[in-house]
Formats: sequence, structure tokens, C-alpha cells
Amino acid sequence: MASEHIVSSKIYFAIWATLMCLTVITASVAFIDLGPFNTVVCLVIATVKALLVVLFFMHVKYTSEKLTKTVIIAAVFWLGILLVLSLADYSTRPLGHV
Amino acid sequence: MATATITAEREHYLNTDYGIRSWLLTTDHKRIALLYLALITLYFFVGGFFALLIRLELLTPAGDLVQADTYNKLFSMHGQVMIFFFLIPSIPAVLGNFLVPMMVGAKDLAFPRINLLSWYLLVIAAVIMSYCIITGGVDTGWTFYTPFSTAFSNTHVIEAGLAIFIAGFSSILTGLNFVVTIHRMRAPGLTWSRLPLFIWSMYATSIIQLLGTPVLAITLLLVVFERAFGLGIFDPNRGGDPLLFQHLFWFYSHPAVYIMILPSMGVVSEIIPCFSRKRVFGYGAVALSSIAIAVFGFLVWAHHMFVAGISLYSAMIFSMLSYSVAVPSAIKVFNWTATMYKGSIRFHTPMLYAMGFIGLFTIGGLTGLFLAALGIDVHVTDTYFVVAHFHYIMVGGAVMGYLGGLHFWWPKISGRLYPEWLGKFAALTVFLGFNLTFFPQFVLGYLGMPRRYWQYPPEFQVLNVLSTAGSTILAVGYVLPMIYFLWSMRYGKVAEANPWGAAGLEWKTASPPPTTNFDEVPEVTWEAYNYDEIAEPEEVPVG
Amino acid sequence: MADTPLTIEHEEGLQHQFVDMQQQRDATTLGMWLFLATEIMFFGGMFLAYLVYRNWYYPEFAAGSRSIDIYLGTINTAVLICSSLTVAMAVRAAALGKRQLCVAFLLATLVFGLAFLGIKGKEWYDKFEEHHIPGRSFNAEDIIRDYPQLHIEPAPTQIFFSLYFAMTGLHALHMIIGVGLFLYLTYHAWKGRYTPEYHNPLEIGGLYWHFVDIVWIYLFPLLYLIDRKPLR
Repeated sequence: MASEHIVSSKIYFAIWATLMCLTVITASVAFIDLGPFNTVVCLVIATVKALLVVLFFMHVKYTSEKLTKTVIIAAVFWLGILLVLSLADYSTRPLGHV
Repeated sequence: MATATITAEREHYLNTDYGIRSWLLTTDHKRIALLYLALITLYFFVGGFFALLIRLELLTPAGDLVQADTYNKLFSMHGQVMIFFFLIPSIPAVLGNFLVPMMVGAKDLAFPRINLLSWYLLVIAAVIMSYCIITGGVDTGWTFYTPFSTAFSNTHVIEAGLAIFIAGFSSILTGLNFVVTIHRMRAPGLTWSRLPLFIWSMYATSIIQLLGTPVLAITLLLVVFERAFGLGIFDPNRGGDPLLFQHLFWFYSHPAVYIMILPSMGVVSEIIPCFSRKRVFGYGAVALSSIAIAVFGFLVWAHHMFVAGISLYSAMIFSMLSYSVAVPSAIKVFNWTATMYKGSIRFHTPMLYAMGFIGLFTIGGLTGLFLAALGIDVHVTDTYFVVAHFHYIMVGGAVMGYLGGLHFWWPKISGRLYPEWLGKFAALTVFLGFNLTFFPQFVLGYLGMPRRYWQYPPEFQVLNVLSTAGSTILAVGYVLPMIYFLWSMRYGKVAEANPWGAAGLEWKTASPPPTTNFDEVPEVTWEAYNYDEIAEPEEVPVG
Repeated sequence: MADTPLTIEHEEGLQHQFVDMQQQRDATTLGMWLFLATEIMFFGGMFLAYLVYRNWYYPEFAAGSRSIDIYLGTINTAVLICSSLTVAMAVRAAALGKRQLCVAFLLATLVFGLAFLGIKGKEWYDKFEEHHIPGRSFNAEDIIRDYPQLHIEPAPTQIFFSLYFAMTGLHALHMIIGVGLFLYLTYHAWKGRYTPEYHNPLEIGGLYWHFVDIVWIYLFPLLYLIDRKPLR
């Protein structure tokens, strides 16, 4: 990470505009009946937004530091462990009730 | 013992500044290590005091020393104090803080002020926990299971939860400091494959601290909210799932046991080659096994929940995963043994502790495999078998490693030698006392005596009496080092820079080290554990 | 390097434990990323609770989601996105040596941050008025009445709101910390402390702010958009 890469303000504004559009889209699509895909769509859009913030605003796209990317992937992976292995239990026993 | 009054001396980290402010506002990692040493030693005796009361009560089958509710509080506070205010900080915050910068050739940790903040957070947590103890403690078990802890217990659950929450923050910051230091501040030439194995295990420990502790934090916070605001997230009467608490709790608390054992393993990896005068057998395997333990340790938590109500399918998955985590630990034991094979063995106190560790950890680890088998677990879970299993690992393993490390690095830390014959005596006392305390508990558990019970059927009394007798011997073994370490700081023989003839950067600087650790930035051109190049000291150091 | 003496002339802002500014920058940046990793696990625990109970009590979660204001939620999402833009532009201005522009963008960030907190406060106040805050005064009768077709029970509805307040509450706490952090950074930027050579504190403060934005990016659909389909 010797010299700093300075991102052009045009790119920042383009990302901002994209994020705003995606926000409007995700809120609007919620009113349309897509069955179970409503959840899928809004989570996919959320992930795209998060990726844009990470890659551009947090500079991960422009860094040569592999360790940064490793830390991010590891954290997401670990969260995955928590969710997936817990759901392995929840998905194989009956739903709860009051 | 030759008395040494140090005259006209060289400046080092202990004498560079006197006065309470220079200690309480220090950012020197070595002084902070000693601040931690004082704090956790105090709480070790607090937790030990609760243990003594437990063992006294269990001398007789009837519940005659304390009331049942009090007994519940005793084992709960024993667990919480020992785990969060002694074991989790112990090696990382004392030996790790002292040694990590020195072993990588740095002047200090990456974030010295955050290091001091870590200590103060633990102090604040300890104050809150002490308040909790004085006002009666909690009776939920150290495990805080819901809905008892959230809806029914009449004790100070909120204070205890907050205390541990803050202690967790301390732990996270320590881990963060170590990871950054190890990645970014190694001396020139010190590649990853030349690092001491203690650093590898501290690195692995820190990863667990970073990724696991936050989950405990949120879990305890939710318990506090539930208790304070009557939420119902964990209350089955209101649609909540008690198992959700257990999943979240054990997601941290299982890896937590690796926070407690990995640093000890690192210590053993330093002691064994030194007192065998040999390189570590299979350095790469030992290094990577630490990382493997850290990773696999996160995949097994529900083996604490086999009889709690999880589905059979998930129980099978977790059982299989629990078997896999034994493999990297076994690799270490094999490699330490192979290191000793055909080595030139010296039985100094650190080596006695290290060898004790290998034997006791093996027993503890193997009994863990018994517990991982679903059928056996149904029989012995929540009995004294489990109690014996984890005490073999945490006391026979972690605490012995901690004591061995304290003895090994004591000359470096204090500039003095401890009395070697007393050290050997205390080590043997600990070993004997420990086995007498806890081996009977395996038998008790297998025969069916449940844990956390304040009275028991008369046929279990003989084994309980043996256990209590052992605990008094163990207590003597623990008190002795406290006394002679303190004694040695004033009257012990002065130590030279490398009394053991050990490998590692920390031995290349004076004992005690200067505040900036090294007079010159070291450049490393040698491999780790180059005992073929290091001359063994002619004179065996005796304090 | 073997004979490098330990007393080097220290650059402005170089802390004593570091060899040079590059090492200091690399270390502090890594430190912040690791801290953010811990925050992912911290919020992650609540996401697990959310996942489990949304699955168990979908009708109650759907109804609870409908009862919170989607317009305020969407506006708040937009506000945070704007604040992320101004943070990135502030760091960029510092890297270009433009002190006044940097301060302006930092002040804008603060405005957006406070706006978010204000709107969130209003949302919570509405919930307070409607007796949707979990605890003794919780009453979900109005929700049950509004959505007869969903067949919901009061207890699981309280679970939804418990998670709603826990998640948005902890997020808001992180926002408040972020605002405090940025007050500090804005003050120092105004004092001229940050230059093209030294503005790492702004960078890592920005990382924290962006992370808090990302948490909200997930909270918004998970809490506000569970089920907005037209009811039959």
C-alpha cells in the first residue's frame, strides 16, 4: 500500500446514485407479490448495495492488501458458520409455538 | 541463597520510573502484563476460595455446610470468576502481553494505549463482579441458561452479565492488538516460518477472541434486556426458545475453551525444545495445528446441547465435527513427544509442568472424545465425569501450562531466579494434588453422581472425600509459587540474559529488559529453535 | 537495518512503537478492519435470533413489519447512503489537501447522521404511542385487529418488536458513537491536522461509518420489507 489511489468524485457520485436507485427499487418491489422471491430479491439487492459500499467507499477495490479482503471474507464466513450450523438444528426440528 | 542488592544498575522497565502513576498510566506492555498478573492472581484466589467451600460441603453426603441456594451460588461464581477473570486473560494477558512484542522483535504492541484500556476494562468488570459477589452472586451456573436466568432467578444476573460483557471487550481488544502486532510489526527477516510456536498459538487464540467473544457479548446483552424489560425472546411461555440462548452462548463458550488451552500449548511448545535441547519435531504441523484448532473449535458447540433438545440430525453432525477437533490436538502431543525423543532432557521446573501438561491434557482430551459419542454422553452428561473432563483440560492443562510459563520466563520478567528446589516441590505437589482431586470425579460421574448437586447418596462419599483431600494439597501447590516468586523479587539470585540457553528473541535482551525491549532493532537470519547452534549453559541455574 | 538505532527523528504523528508512518498506517487500518469483523459477529448473533423467529412466527413478523413506517425507513436508508458519500468525499478532500472542503463534507456527514437519529427517534416515539414497545405496556391488539387474515398471536408479535428494538437500538448506539467520533475528526480537520501525508484517522473513521451504513442496508429490508404485498 505505497501510494494512495485517489478515487475520482465522478465514481463516488455514480455509486451514490446507484445506491439510491437500488433503495427505491427494493422498497417498491416489496409491494409486488413475488411469493417467496420477495425475500430473495430484497436480500440480493441489499448484498449488492453492501458490496458497492465495501468495494468503492471503503476502497477495497483499490487496495492491494490481501489481508483486508481475507479479514472481510473470514468474518462473513464465520457469521455463516453461526447461521448455517444453528439452522441445521432448527430446520430439523418442529417449529415452536407459544 | 545469595542475596543480591542491585547497585548502580542499568535501566530497565521495572526501575525506569517509580510511583503508582507510572504503573497505572503505563503503556509499556511489560508493565501492563504485571498489572494483569496482579489482577488475575487475586481473582484466582477468589475463585479458589469458592472451590474450597464446594469441596468442604461435599465432604459429607448431607447438605450441611451451606444451604442449597448458597451452593448454587458457589459453583456459579466459582465458574464465572475462574473462567472470565482468571483463565481467559491468564496466559494471553500476562505472558502474551509480556512476550509477543519481544518475540517478534518490536518495541511494544501495535496499540499500547488500547492495551492499557484492556486492563482497565477488566478492572471495571472485576469491580462489578465483586459487587455481584458481595451482594450474593448468581445461582444460574456460569452458563446462565434461560429462562431461569431471565425470568426466575432472584439473583443479580444483570450485574454479572454486564461484568462479563465488559470483560469480553477487554479480551477482544487484547486479541486485536496481538493480531495486528504479529502481522505488521515483525522484525526484518522474521518470516512466519521462523516465528516461535508461542506466537502461532497466540495468533490462533486471538482469532478466537476476535470472532467468538462478540457473540457472547450480544447474548449476554439480550439476557440483560430480557430480564430488565421482560421481553420473552428466550421464554418458552411466550413463544421464545431456550435453545436459542444455548446456541448463541455455546458458539462462544466452546471456542472459549480453546482460548484457554491454546496459549498453554504454545508455552509447552517453547519449554519442551529448550529442555530437550532439540528443534521441535514437525514445526509446520504444530504451527498449523494451532490454526486448525481455532477454526474447528467453532464448528462443535452443540456438543454441549446433546440432551437439551436439539434434533438428532444436528446432534450427529456436531458429534462427528467434535471428533475432528481432536486431531490437531493429538498432532501436537505426538510432535512434543517426538521432540523429546533422543533429546537431552533436563528436569527443571518448567519442564516438569510441561510434561505434566502433556499427560493430563491427553487424559482430558481423550475423555472429551468419550463425551462426543452421543450414547456415552447421554449417560455421563451433567455428571461429575464432565466436571473431571474439563478440569483435566483447564487445570491439568491450561493452569499447568501457565505455571510452567511463569517459571520459564520468570528470570526474564523479574531478573531473578526462583528457588529451583521449591519450584520442583510445588510442581509435584500440584500434580499429585490435582490428580487426587479430579481422578475420583471421573469415577463418580460414571457411577452416576450428578454435577451441581449439593447433597448426594452416601455410597459416593469415599470418592468425594478423596477429592476434597486432593484439593487441599492442590491449594498448597498453588500458594507456594506465589510466595517464592514474591520472595525471589527481593532475595532471589540475579539472573543473566539467557539462563536456560533458550532460543527466541526475548532471550537475546537483558533480564529484565529495557523499556524499549531491544537496544538495536534485531534482524533475524536463523530458523526457530536453532538448538544445534545454541550452547547449553554450563551451570544449571538454581535460584 | 541491524544497526538502526532506536531513536529515529520522529515524523509528525508517528507513535513510538512503529518504525515508520507506513507501518503505522498499515497497522491502524488492519486494526479497524479486525474491529469491524468483531462487529459483524456482534450483530450476527441478533441476525440468528431474527432468522429463527421469523421462520417460527412469520405471520406475526409480517404484521409487525407492516406496522412500522416504510417511508421513514426508506428515507433513513437514503440519508445514510448520502452520509457515506460525504464521508468518502471528505477523506478524498483530505488526501487532496483541501482542508475546507474536507471540513464541509465532514459537517454534512454529521448533519446526515443526526438526521438519521432524529428520524429514528420519531419512529420509536410512534411505537411508544402505539404501545408497541415490549414490556409491561405492550399491546398488540391494534395489529391483530388490522390484519385478521394473518391470524396472529400477541406473544410472538412482542418477539418481533423485541428484535426490532434490539437491532435498531444497537444500530442507533453505533450511530451515536459514530457521530461522537466524527465530531472529534471534524474538529481536528478544522484545526488542519489532516494532510495528504497524514489522514489515516479519517480513513479508519470512514471505515467505521460505512460499516454502520452496511448494517442498516441489511436491517432495512429485514425489518421493514418482510411482507408488503397487497392483502387479499
